[in-house]
Amino acid sequence: MKIKANYKKYVIPVIAILVLVLLIALPYFAERSDSRYTIVLFKTILMFTILTLSWALFSGPTGYTSLATAAFYGVGLYTAGVLGRVLPLPVMVLCGGLASFLLAVIIGGITLRLRGIYFAIFTLSSVELIKHVLHWYEITIAGGRGRPVVRVPDTTVFYVLLGILVLLIITSYLLKRSKYGLALSSIGSCEEAAAHIGVNVVTLKVFTFALSSFFMGLAGAIMATGMVYIDCFIAFDLNYSFFPTLMAIFGGMGNIVGPIIGAVVFTYLREILITEFPYVYMFIFGTVMILTIIYLPNGLIGLAESIRRKLLGGKHADTTCRRVN
Amino acid sequence: MISFINILLNGLLLGGIYAITAVGLSLQYGVARILNIAHGEFIMFSAFITWMLHTTLGINPLLCLAVAGPLMFVLGYLIQKFLYKTLKDKTPSPAAFEGSSMLLAFGLLFVIQNIAVFIWGNNIEGYTFMAYSVYLGDIRLSANRLVILVLAVLICALFYLFLTRTRPGKAIRAASQDPEAAGLMGVEINRMLALCFALGALMAGFAGVLISLAYQLQTTMGMQYTIIAIIVVVLGGLGSIPGSLIGGFLLGIFGSIVSGIEPGLTMAAYYLLFMVLLLVKPSGIFGR
Repeated sequence: MKIKANYKKYVIPVIAILVLVLLIALPYFAERSDSRYTIVLFKTILMFTILTLSWALFSGPTGYTSLATAAFYGVGLYTAGVLGRVLPLPVMVLCGGLASFLLAVIIGGITLRLRGIYFAIFTLSSVELIKHVLHWYEITIAGGRGRPVVRVPDTTVFYVLLGILVLLIITSYLLKRSKYGLALSSIGSCEEAAAHIGVNVVTLKVFTFALSSFFMGLAGAIMATGMVYIDCFIAFDLNYSFFPTLMAIFGGMGNIVGPIIGAVVFTYLREILITEFPYVYMFIFGTVMILTIIYLPNGLIGLAESIRRKLLGGKHADTTCRRVN
Repeated sequence: MISFINILLNGLLLGGIYAITAVGLSLQYGVARILNIAHGEFIMFSAFITWMLHTTLGINPLLCLAVAGPLMFVLGYLIQKFLYKTLKDKTPSPAAFEGSSMLLAFGLLFVIQNIAVFIWGNNIEGYTFMAYSVYLGDIRLSANRLVILVLAVLICALFYLFLTRTRPGKAIRAASQDPEAAGLMGVEINRMLALCFALGALMAGFAGVLISLAYQLQTTMGMQYTIIAIIVVVLGGLGSIPGSLIGGFLLGIFGSIVSGIEPGLTMAAYYLLFMVLLLVKPSGIFGR
């Protein structure tokens, strides 16, 4: 029994390191086989994985559905558009993250007293507000529609994204293990009780919200260098808010692996659908979404878990609590 | 003075559209607790059905109220019966249902929009209907927008009478105030919820027909109307039909004032108003 427990402890880190090594080696193979598309595909997958995991960092344990992901990602993109010529790449990417962090402190500070659906629609409209104000500014004051972005080779973008993802995974893991992670999930279970036992609810929520946005901003700033041109309709596209949310639910939000698997499978599916069925891809996509929400409320991880339970037989009592209506 | 009255009247004309856009959503969220993000897609779909019937068969768009409306009603009924009811049975708490029902609506948004793009393409469409002006003293008003305003107010009034005076209307209101007690009094809750969602879709259908009379149509326009509907609903208070009507007119006048000053900032001003309102008084101006 003990040997088995020890062996289980190492499975996930070993797999993670193997995947990491494969990913680091990927550009060499891609260059040799001369398929640029592979790197582009993996860039998109990495980007959505970062967005999803950082979304789940805050919204997973607390249960606050944030739809402001597009705002933070977009701020990152825009930072690259504004500062890309002036600053070297690492500083510029860091600036993107910090700009998002600041924005999240502001949005978080004024909105986190809203609950449930109100929080969701507030964050959604903050994306739209920023988009429209910025669009007006670009047209009337700056006198243009968008901004050109300095291009960086795809391989560099790929490695930077990979670095951000590794950093994000480590951060998520440490946060989850720390007392702050526990405090966050206590906010999700019952916010009043959490405040009563001495959790500094407001600071913790705002800080975690800002931390998750920091990573979204980093991803935005580096992704912008893969595009030639950005404007606010590209940067603040609401799909960047919806997709990470769905990917996290699709994968399952209980742990770190869930959102990652959700994002990888979902993005891959999306890319395949876009290229194979460009005219009906949204239809298929929407159908998958509806079925996921109805039949897989705990995501792929939840599905895997219940299959494993069924195969191995019930070892544990069912500890999931259900509120009786 | 003339320009002030002009702005006011334009606001009222715009407000009629906003009001009828919001009434259905207000009912769906106020009673069934579904924030139907796909509401605008129902509007878009119905507007395009009207456009198609008018341009290919030459049917009077006003007659389409009797076609597109009921079609949306049936669609809404089926969606509630097969999708939302299953979801409601599977979710453990009402709070969880609010979140997941909104995400389900996103799925619907994608599906409906894709079907529309598949049938009608992605171009800006439109037709002319009663495109002449009516003079009210010195002020020029376009006839089709006046028709929209009159019909919108009329439909909202009829709908209000239905909810307050008839038996099913009273059952819907009972179900919204206290589902359990209403259930014990013999109101079939699930049927009421389905009816409620279907009526919301019916209103979206009517709104779509009216919008097609005077405005440009595009298959991707749904989200814009959904957002306006949400703003009006929050402005007027959830589930309140008179609230939606007044909220619609207020937003219309606000919009026409802002676009009189700086047209580029109209949408931004809507969002700002909405966010301030959410922070200050989330129950709406007329909310309890």
